[in-house]
This record gives sequence, structure tokens and C-alpha cells, in this order.
Amino acid sequence: MPPLLARLWDDRLRWHPTANPYVRAALWLAGVFLAAAILIFGDPGLLVNGLLLGGALALAAIGVTLIFGILGFAHFAHGDFMTLGAFIAYGLLVGVFPYLNLTQTGLGPFTFGFPLLLALPAGILAAAALSAVLDWLIYRRLRRRAAAAMTFAIASLGVAFALRAVIRGSMQAGWDTQIVHLPRESRQFIQLPLDIRIPPDNLFLGLAAALLIVALYLFLSRTKAGKAMRATADNPELARVSGVNTQLIIYWTWALGAGLAAIAGTLIAVSQAQFTPLLGWKILIPIFAAVILGGIGSLYGALLGALLISVAMEVSTQWISPSYKPAVAFIIMLVVLLIRPHGILGKSSQDR
Amino acid sequence: MSLLTADNIVAGYGPVDILHGVSLRVEPGEFVTVIGPNGSGKSTLLKAIFGLVPPRSGQVTFAGQDITGIPTERLVLRGLGYVPQSANIFAALTVAENLEMGAFVRKSAVAARIDEMYGLFPDLAEHRRRRAGNLSGGQRQMLALARALMLDPRLLLLDEPSAGLSPAIMQTVFEQIQRIQERGVAAVIVEQNAREALNLSQRAYVLADGANRLEDSAAELLHNPEISRLYLGG
Repeated sequence: MPPLLARLWDDRLRWHPTANPYVRAALWLAGVFLAAAILIFGDPGLLVNGLLLGGALALAAIGVTLIFGILGFAHFAHGDFMTLGAFIAYGLLVGVFPYLNLTQTGLGPFTFGFPLLLALPAGILAAAALSAVLDWLIYRRLRRRAAAAMTFAIASLGVAFALRAVIRGSMQAGWDTQIVHLPRESRQFIQLPLDIRIPPDNLFLGLAAALLIVALYLFLSRTKAGKAMRATADNPELARVSGVNTQLIIYWTWALGAGLAAIAGTLIAVSQAQFTPLLGWKILIPIFAAVILGGIGSLYGALLGALLISVAMEVSTQWISPSYKPAVAFIIMLVVLLIRPHGILGKSSQDR
Repeated sequence: MSLLTADNIVAGYGPVDILHGVSLRVEPGEFVTVIGPNGSGKSTLLKAIFGLVPPRSGQVTFAGQDITGIPTERLVLRGLGYVPQSANIFAALTVAENLEMGAFVRKSAVAARIDEMYGLFPDLAEHRRRRAGNLSGGQRQMLALARALMLDPRLLLLDEPSAGLSPAIMQTVFEQIQRIQERGVAAVIVEQNAREALNLSQRAYVLADGANRLEDSAAELLHNPEISRLYLGG
């Protein structure tokens, strides 16, 4: 091979966008232009609804961040815990409550009725309990043998597949279908200035998520258990030395993460007015896009990333088909990984 | 009765033994220094006493009770405190939260104890709302000591309290440790800067290759020409 060609070839192998200042600058510019375009040309209605729906994504991304902080791995089954929460809630709503004459819909301005609010805690409890059992069965054993983070992540991917298969199978056996529509009452949109129309259910989702996030903030910053959780994430050995039972903290983290996931999954099913076993799997990419955009390990980052990703996904439907929404999240994730792998609020490896 | 006894401790990581039968005792209120070359098992000895590295054989007693193999998180209730060599603060938490974590197992009077610590370490009081990760090296070491003192332990295990500090700051840390001694707390100090530690101590042990090499009063060791040449820098 002629030397010049050999060098080109070599450079191509080593080529990395982050190392090339022009590519970096171009990607930054593209990102800034895209953000500006969304803000200026985006339909304000999509913007507001994206922000509200971002609440559910934020609950999931915060759960992933908590689990990452305490257990140190990417929890790929998080989406399927959302599915499980929604599945239990809707299983009760469609399969059990009608026999108990609990069939109210149209609670206040919302399409659903109070039976959903009864079913929600069941989904939360199921997801939290399952996460603790799975830790005891699988992750605790991996910890004991000091397995690599990748081993944990792949194990969680296995959990994700298994959980989804069980839910699919149960649906097929129980209802002979893979999609359930919810008992609901159609409602008027809430009209705001600028021709912004909000489905009341989205408002419910956004407000519920905001309340939960504030509650979580107070838990982590004001309570003893919350401080112990942060301390364990920061320095597990010193937490043990201080008398913290770190195994107990791990169970609490799972319960909290899985519980929030169950709420997020149910709220998403409410806003889409249907449940399918793919609900959580489809949202896994946006969750990780949010976590990476915000900065891996940062709770504020997860919140910010989730809102940004959700807005970008909603506004994109103005120009491209809604079925590309996960692709929008995926592209944002790729670009962030290329130009700023530590995200908006995360620490770069040099800072640490 | 001795406050702490470690008898013939064998311990290590994975298949490798670091300690091959080390013994040590500490009387109430006594300061004991452990010196020895790198890799002689000084830190491992502290970890074995504190249950962070479970001893394979041997016995640890504290205040007359067998504590061998009791999990770390339950030992803090019995009056043992431990300051690791590195990562000995919660960097992401504030100074005040670090102190609260030090008293995690305590149910009441935590705020009063924190104020007491601010009295003992005035430098920390000025930075109570600051993230511990943003403190200076000396302040971090003070915080690490204060965190371990929150439960009012009878015995402190200090792993290289002067590691990575400038000589001036090291001096203040040792002065601080002396103030702790005046409060009647006993301590086992593992130190590279053995001279400073020996000056504070009543007795000392020399470890080599995971075994006891020498045990003597601190004063004797300070004047032992061989020890002086090997471990005290001439």
C-alpha cells in the first residue's frame, strides 16, 4: 500500500469525532440550532405537552440514576418494570374491578375514574416487591462474587426479556390479545392561550410527577434514610463504617426505583389510553437518552434530560411521523455521547 | 482488663493471607502506634479488627467481649470508631451531613454532638453547609476525625491520618489528635510519619511481613537506633 494511503487508512481507523475540532464544532452548532428551531418554530402545544409527558420520563430516569448510584450498573429492565406496574394496574382495572362494580370513569376533568387510583398502589407494590426479590435472587449473588458492572447490566437485560415474555404470555392467556384499551370517558381539552390544548390526563401526569419529584427531593435531603442513601451512593464502605446497613439501603433503592417506574408506566398508559406489553421497552431508549444527556449519575441531570428529550420527541412529530420518536431520542443520545459524554450536569472524567 | 485485644489474627484478601498471626492489645485511654514497611499488613490489621476484612483465624475482643467476625455496621454501636486512610469522608454530602452520618445509629442528641464537634474543630463550623468534596486536605482530615468521633467511641482506629498532607497541616492534625487523647479516647494509629505518632503514643508495635516483629514502649522505640534508621528516617 502506498504510504499516503496507508496513513489515511490508519487515520480513518483512529478517527473519532470528539478528537476533530471541526466535527465537534459542527455537532455543537447543529445541537444549538436544533434547540433554537424547536423553541422558535415548535408548536407551543407540543412543547407544553412534551414538558408534561416528560414527567413520566423523569420518574423513570431518576429511578435509573438512583439504581446506578447505589448499585453501579445500568438497569436495562427499568422499562419493563414500568410495563409491570401498568400491567398490574390495568389487570385490576379491566379484569377484576368490573366484577366488584368498581367501574367509574371521568373523575373530575380526567378520563379515568377513582378505580385507577386504587389500582395504582397495587402496581407500585408489585414492582417494588419483585425488584427486591430479584435482587435477592440474582444481583445479591453477583455482588457477593464481585461481578463486573457489565455482568449486572446483562443480567438486568435478561430480566427485561423474561419480564416482558411473562407479561405477554399472561395477556395472551387472560385476554387473548396484546393490546388493552382502557375504560375511559372522553373529555374536552384544556384550552390555553396561543392555541395550546392540553389533554387533562397529561396535566394529571405532569402534576403527579412534579409532586413525586419534590417528595423525593425532600426524602433525599431531609430524612435520615435519604441521607444514608446518598451517603451509600457516595462511599459505600464509609457508610458501612458509619453503621449503615447497606444491604437494606439497596432494597430501599430498588423499591423506590421500581415504584417510581410503576407509577410512570401507569401514567403513560393513562395518557395513551391503552396498554401493550411493549410500553416500557419502547421507552427504554428515551430513558437512557435522558440519563446520558443530563449526565450519568446526576439526579438533577436526569430530570433536565428527561424534560428536554420529551420535548424534542413531541415537537419532532410536527415534522416527522410519531413512530420516529424513539429515533429522535436515540440520535440525541448518540450526539451527546460523541461530543459531551458526561452530559449537561455530569462530571467529566477530568473533573473527578 | 485491656480495652482491645487482637490475638493471633490471620487475614487477607481472596486466597492471599496478609496477616500471619498478629497480636496487639490496647489499654483504656492508651495510644498505640503500629509502624512497619509498606505491605507489612498495618492497614489490614485495622480492617480485621473492625470487621471489614473478616479474620480467617484468631480472636478480637473489645471491652471484654468477643467481637471477631461481627459485621462492621454493628461494631460502631459498641464504641469503636474507624478512620480509613483514603475516601474517609462523604464527598458529595455537606459537612453537617457528614457529621449526621457519623451519628447514623444514634437516635437522639445528634445536634448537640455536632455542635460539640464544631467546638472541637472550629474550622469545620465555618464550612458546615459546604460540600465536603470541596474542603482542603487538612479540613477533610478534620472532618474524617469528627465523623468518627460522633458516636463518642472509646477506641479510634486511625489509618495514616497524615497521608498526603503538607508538614504544616500534618502538625495541626496531630495537635487535633492530641486533643482527642485528652478526652480519654484510646487509639490505634497506623502511620508513615511514625515519629509524630510515637510522640503521642504510650506503646508501639512494629510489623513486618504480616507478623509481630517488635513491641515496646513508644519512648524506647524512639531511641532504638535500628528502628530510628529503618522507620523514622534517621
